[in-house]
Amino acid sequence: MSTLKPISVCVSMLTIAPAALAQAPQFGQPIEPADIAAWDISIAPDGAGLPPGRGTAIEGEAIYAAKCQACHGEKGTNPGVAFAGALVGGMGTLAPDKTPIKTVGSFWPYATTLFDYISRAMPFQESKSLTADELYAVSAYILNLNGIVGSNDVIDAQSLPKVRMPNRDGFIPFPRNPK
Amino acid sequence: MPTSPFEANGSAECRRRASHSIKPTVLWCRSLTEHSLVRTGRRNAKLDRNEGVPLMRKTHPEPGDPAAGNGILSRRIFFEGALVVGATGAGLSRGSAEQLTVQPWMKVPGPGFPGYGQPSPFESKVVKIFPPPPNPAGVGASRTPLHMLEGMITPSGLHFERSHSGIPEIDPDQHRLLIHGLVKRPLVFTVEALSRYPMQSRIAFIECGGNSQALNAPQAQPLNVAAIHGLLGCAEWTGVRLSTLLDEAGIEPEARWVIAEGADAAAMSRSIPLTKAMDDALLCLYQNGERVRPSNGYPVRLLLPGFEGNMNVKWLRRLKLTAGPAMTKDETSKYTILLKDEKAWQFVFPIEVKSIITRPSPGLALREPGFYEISGLAWSGNGSIRQVDVSADGGRSWAPAALQGPILPKAPVRFRAAWQWNGGPAVLQSRATDDTGMVQPTRAQFADERGLRGVYHYNAIASWRIDEMGEASNVYA
Repeated sequence: MSTLKPISVCVSMLTIAPAALAQAPQFGQPIEPADIAAWDISIAPDGAGLPPGRGTAIEGEAIYAAKCQACHGEKGTNPGVAFAGALVGGMGTLAPDKTPIKTVGSFWPYATTLFDYISRAMPFQESKSLTADELYAVSAYILNLNGIVGSNDVIDAQSLPKVRMPNRDGFIPFPRNPK
Repeated sequence: MPTSPFEANGSAECRRRASHSIKPTVLWCRSLTEHSLVRTGRRNAKLDRNEGVPLMRKTHPEPGDPAAGNGILSRRIFFEGALVVGATGAGLSRGSAEQLTVQPWMKVPGPGFPGYGQPSPFESKVVKIFPPPPNPAGVGASRTPLHMLEGMITPSGLHFERSHSGIPEIDPDQHRLLIHGLVKRPLVFTVEALSRYPMQSRIAFIECGGNSQALNAPQAQPLNVAAIHGLLGCAEWTGVRLSTLLDEAGIEPEARWVIAEGADAAAMSRSIPLTKAMDDALLCLYQNGERVRPSNGYPVRLLLPGFEGNMNVKWLRRLKLTAGPAMTKDETSKYTILLKDEKAWQFVFPIEVKSIITRPSPGLALREPGFYEISGLAWSGNGSIRQVDVSADGGRSWAPAALQGPILPKAPVRFRAAWQWNGGPAVLQSRATDDTGMVQPTRAQFADERGLRGVYHYNAIASWRIDEMGEASNVYA
């Protein structure tokens, strides 16, 4: 490889020999599982991590109106602010040669992702403020607006992972990831 | 389309100068050499016929020899010192240019040292740009003015940012990093503790997976380098190997993924293959020698060399080892690539081989025909750049550019090509090849593989059209 005006930095000096790592100090402080719970907000696709609680779409409508509608628009179809994005609609727009409208209903493969995202990041101005019941209810409402669950379906830690999202099988692995 | 700063706002001053020095009517005369042209209404005899190009020695090849069509010269110019070409001053008067004067700043002492240095006030236009529409503060992205920078390192204050819920102001004494999940010993680290581990430095790029997505549009938009490609930065990152801490926690055999989470209001979260975490992942405390800037993850950010930007989680507070990925919002509804059919690629980790020409480019008009250096950046998340070719005729002919060292894996390489612009139209392109053998695709090849609905990871060859006024614009060619 030819270079222009090779810089005299020896690149290998940027990395320290592995020998130093063998003597790495151990500064991590042990922590008990019970003390981790407050931070462990991850929700897995199989439902692992979902908290106790329940909600229905009917219950979620008022929460949505109060906490979500200002940004995502009435019934999630017409975002009030551009960065928020539509939550509802777009079914069938992934078809070839169409302009895709990617919403919870048309694109998201897992319903658990909806709960996870709302619980960690929403409402925008006061994230992590909703109770578990509110999270289940507003998740149910958005799923209901997309025609995925019924108005009175109880959404909880058992039922949410079983919700079959329309685009569940829409994803394939990228073929060129590093091994 | 939005107005400035996204418009390719070519300088009116440059346009005036160009129009004064060059008559716009140009006739190509194909019987002459490919550098030659005949102008009507000529003002400058040096531009005429063969005088617009070097009077070359007859031994071949000389550095000033054409290496590809429409004026690309041999890269040997860069290796053999001074230009042999005699046209560097084409169009300039050889008479006395100006009378030299002693300026006021040479007559009295200047002010004292600042506590933290700032660029010259005359460089006040070299700033990040922000995309429309207006978002809440810190939401969305700022873009690096790549066309105003040189070398391979992005100044920390100009490194692009992408944030979802603003930039948290984190007290490093209060910040904690938790490692838990499928580990033998869940551990908590203070920032002070992290700073006591053996550190490493690595020069690496970070590119947002959404960079260059404007080029998916059916029609080429009037945008400049920063607006199209500005979600790219490179720094010397320094910190602790993630594998060191994972070894300390003890990895359970069934662990395959690491869920990384930030301490911002969005608690931004991505799943990372454990193999990557154990390979070259770094917990960065320093960026270009100083503590990581808040907008880039202070007090600690994850660096995954070569992987798409948002996986390099900022304000890192938690790492959970799991058997499967979390399927977070950003790895399902975002950062997946919808293909031509209804399927979408998921977990598209590496930034694939890519290059851009930063100069000339929109807004950096050529003032007159003559010699120019074409300069740009090439990078690959899969390894090192092996070669960059440049074209001035829209890809009909190519010549290898000079690569400026150091050439590092998963770091941008500055490439340079010599160009004798004859004042006629040109389409400038660059095409990178990495050391895995991957070649940057044409836009047609790119679209043929995945369509143009994928939004993310656009890496096809980009084109700048140079018109007869010397103005550059974004085109599809």
